[in-house]
Formats: sequence, structure tokens, C-alpha cells
Amino acid sequence: MNYHWNWGIFFEQVKNGDETYLDWLITGFGWTIAVSLTAWIIALTLGSVIGTLRTTPRGWVVALGNAWVEFFRNIPLLVQMLLWFFVVPELLPKDLSMWVKQDMPAKEFITASVCLGLFTSARIAEQVRAGIQSLPRGQLYAGMAMGFTLPQTYRYVLLPMAFRIIVPPLTSEFMSVFKNSSVAFAISVLELTFQSRQMQEDSEQGIETYVAVTILYFVCAFIANRVMGQIEQRTRVPGYVTGKH
Amino acid sequence: MKRNALVLVASIAAIGFAQSATAGTLEKVQESGSITMGIRESSKPLSYLDGDQKPIGYHIDICNGIVEAVKVKLKLKTLKVVHQPVTSQNRIPLVTNGTVDIECGSTTNNAARQNQVAFAPTTFVSNVRMAVKKSSGIKGLSQLSGKPVATTTGTTSVQLMRAHEKGQGLDFKEVYGKDHADAFLMLETDRAVAFVMDDNLLAGLIVGSKNPGEYEIVGEVLNVEPIAIMLRKDDPQFQGLVNAAVRDMIKSGEVDKLYKKWFMSPIPPKGENLNFPMSEKLKEALKSPNDNPAEQYNVKK
Repeated sequence: MNYHWNWGIFFEQVKNGDETYLDWLITGFGWTIAVSLTAWIIALTLGSVIGTLRTTPRGWVVALGNAWVEFFRNIPLLVQMLLWFFVVPELLPKDLSMWVKQDMPAKEFITASVCLGLFTSARIAEQVRAGIQSLPRGQLYAGMAMGFTLPQTYRYVLLPMAFRIIVPPLTSEFMSVFKNSSVAFAISVLELTFQSRQMQEDSEQGIETYVAVTILYFVCAFIANRVMGQIEQRTRVPGYVTGKH
Repeated sequence: MKRNALVLVASIAAIGFAQSATAGTLEKVQESGSITMGIRESSKPLSYLDGDQKPIGYHIDICNGIVEAVKVKLKLKTLKVVHQPVTSQNRIPLVTNGTVDIECGSTTNNAARQNQVAFAPTTFVSNVRMAVKKSSGIKGLSQLSGKPVATTTGTTSVQLMRAHEKGQGLDFKEVYGKDHADAFLMLETDRAVAFVMDDNLLAGLIVGSKNPGEYEIVGEVLNVEPIAIMLRKDDPQFQGLVNAAVRDMIKSGEVDKLYKKWFMSPIPPKGENLNFPMSEKLKEALKSPNDNPAEQYNVKK
């Protein structure tokens, strides 16, 4: 292969600016982390609420939760991004629509975080539901017998156990958020994938660029994995499913 | 686990090193009886697919002329032409690794790329300008301060705006479409007030839009980009043949004729006419054919 290798490319200046290619990748890395963490907070909050609602005895609440999950799970993430970015603003009143499209601060960042957050919330809701339903029915009745109301039973009896049980699948989900955030490049978020395309085109050192980006994503997901591993260790209940005997 | 991944990355890189340089392109063509042409699927009118998914365009026609010259040189009765679609991300790797012998698309010849590949004499020159809605009243860079400006991911138009003398000190809010169609959609839906890109591409997008009369191309020329057919580096035999073939076509007036066919007349599939007269820069480049990189077209005064 007649490839001209240049591993020093990261420290060279970009074509029409003062910064180096490494600066581009660092900016991109920063936006990747920002979008991912914001989306994760949205996803964890909404996912927990909706997952919990799906296990309650109220039929219409369960139906609403199911609809939410199926809606966000059955549409590809890229399509959802483009829907939020191009289609949703057109449905707003004209003035508001123009504001969202041109003047709203950090519009790409907000759109991408909300979109990724909602997408992930559907998956977390499914895991929370599974976690709660994996508990023996007796726990619900025990809570009731203690004189707890339904919300209190969830708060003090069911959810603390359910969340411990679903830490492993949540770990995967947390890692996925970082990887899925790469789709945000399609709606103009200047994150890592975006910067890698930019650098590839500007420097023509594609292989070096993608190797660096691969390592950065790997590091991100790996740190996420270790953080969740720590949480799993600290919160385990000795003698129960996830704890050691 | 982490160490394993690093080993994997290192071995992928090593495979790259281990591959020996490909033998001369002409020998390869002689042996295999076929030549692989890299084509673009939507770089109108340079290289794109018609209604039957057949590659057509200005650069495809010029490449067909080159293929004829290869046939004559190698005294072949028949030469099979394989069409390999390429994108702006993979076109250079595919040429360097030997998958594509000659890339007939819309590749800018610049110094960074000349590290990796060689170029035929420049056969098209585009100017980076902006498309706006006529109703916006925008005529130049200075009116874009504080407004959202669209361009396509992987291009550096916004940096060009900042580098331009009239753009210095202004604050541009850039938005990036993932491809030209998305970036144009941003202009169409008022997400951006201008779309900065090569003028020939803008003309093509406008002609193909729902209301072509709504848009116009305005403003300062931000960059001049020589666009050329791309081939492998360090293959003097093949490069010499390609150069001679392209120069002959320029001298004989064939290139002029092809320009009129693709830029000044109705073209497939919908029969629209770009009405895009030859720029002064292109006339100059055709008068004395050369493979100068973009940097020599944009010397700062």
C-alpha cells in the first residue's frame, strides 16, 4: 500500500487556523462527554419513572409507558436525530420555530442530548420494569402489610432492590450512550466523530485519525464500565443476587 | 482487555505497512485486461449516476478518453472497465491500496493530498461561494455576522470565511449537514441563512430543488479549488500516459466540447441545465495545463 504515514499529524496546525489537529480531537472529545452525560441524566430520570409506571396496577398508565418504550425503541437513532432537528421545529408556531432554528443557544447540543436521552430512556425503562418484576411478588405484599402506601412500597421496598439487580445491564447502557452519541454528528454537534471526519478531510491522514478516535471512544466506554463496576461493588447486598455470599 | 485492544490496533497498522507497493498500473491492466474507475454517485455534473444507475458526467467522459489511450498504448482489443463507487472518505485509501486505478470524481487537488496521490492536469476549477435565499437580501460575508451559516461535514468552508479579509472579527454560527443534501435542507428550512460550498455544487443543488427561482449564488470567492482526476503516486509510466491523454483532449478542443455538454446544456436524468459558464480560472488552467495544488491558486496577497 502506498500510504504516506505521519503519526506526528496530531501536532501539526490545521489548514486555515492556528489550532492543531489534537485541539480538534480534544474539543470533539469534550462535546462527546457533554452530550453523553446530559443524555444519561435525562435517560436515567425518565427511564426510571416510566419503567416503574409500567409495573403499577393502573392499566392506562401501563399502556402509556408501553407506548413510550415502543415508540423510542422502534425508530433508528439516526432517524430520530433528523426528526428532532429537521421536522419537529416545522410543527411549531412560526416565530417560535424561527427562534428554535436560528437563535436558540446551543440548539444542536440540546437537540442531540434530548434525542439521545429519550432514546436511551426507553431502553432503561425496559430494564427497570424487568428488575421490578424479577422481585418475588411477596415483597409487594409485605410492603402493603406493613401499612405502606403504594408509592412508599416502591420507594422503600421494591426500587432499592430492583436497581441493584439491574446494575449490569445499566452498565452496558451507560457505555452505549457514549458510543451512540457519535450519531449526533449528523445534526451538527461538533463531537468526536464529527471532528474525525473533519480532520480526515483536512489532513488526508485517515488511518491515523481513525486509530486515535477508536482509542478515545474505547477509553470513554471503558471508564464508564469501571465507574459502574465500582457502583455495583459498593451497593451490593451481601447474600442477595448480585452480592457475594 | 485494554492491552489486547492496543495489540489489535497495532497489528491492523502493521498489515498496512506489510502490504508491498503495487506494481505499475499499466502492467496490472495488461495482465488483468481490466481497469477500475472510481466514480461518485452524486457529484453532479462531474460524476454521478443516471436514471439507470450508470455512471455519467464530465469527468467520466474525460476518463473514458484516458481509457481509450490506455487501450491504444497496450494494443488491447478490449479493455473491461470496472466502476467502483467511492465517497469523499474512502476515495484516497482506495486509490493508494490499489482498489481503484483512476478516480473520476470531484476531488480537489491540494498539497496534503499530493502526499498520498497524484493528479492529472486540472480539468475543472470551482470557487467556494455561498447560496442564499433571494428574499434574505444577503449579498456578502459582512451580512452574515451572528447568523447561522451551513456547510457540509468534512469541509472547511467556515474556516475559509474566518480567514477571508472581510470575515475577520465577525462571528459566524456554523451548522454542518452530514452531506450536501442535508446542508441544503438547512438553507431551505431557514436553519441557516447561507450555504457555503463549491459554486458548481451549489448550482446543481439549486437546479434540483423545489423552487430553483428562490435561491442565488452570491458573495466573495472564499477559495479557488482546482479539481482533477486522481491516480496513484509514484507510477511515472501510467501518470505520463494520463497526462498526455488529458493534454491531447484539452488541445484538440474535446474538453471544451465536453464542458458545453455538461455545464451549458440540459443533462440527464431530468434534463435540467446548469447554465454554468466556464470561469476565468478554468480557462487559464486549460490554456497551460498543470497539476498545481489549490495552495498555488490562493496565494495571499
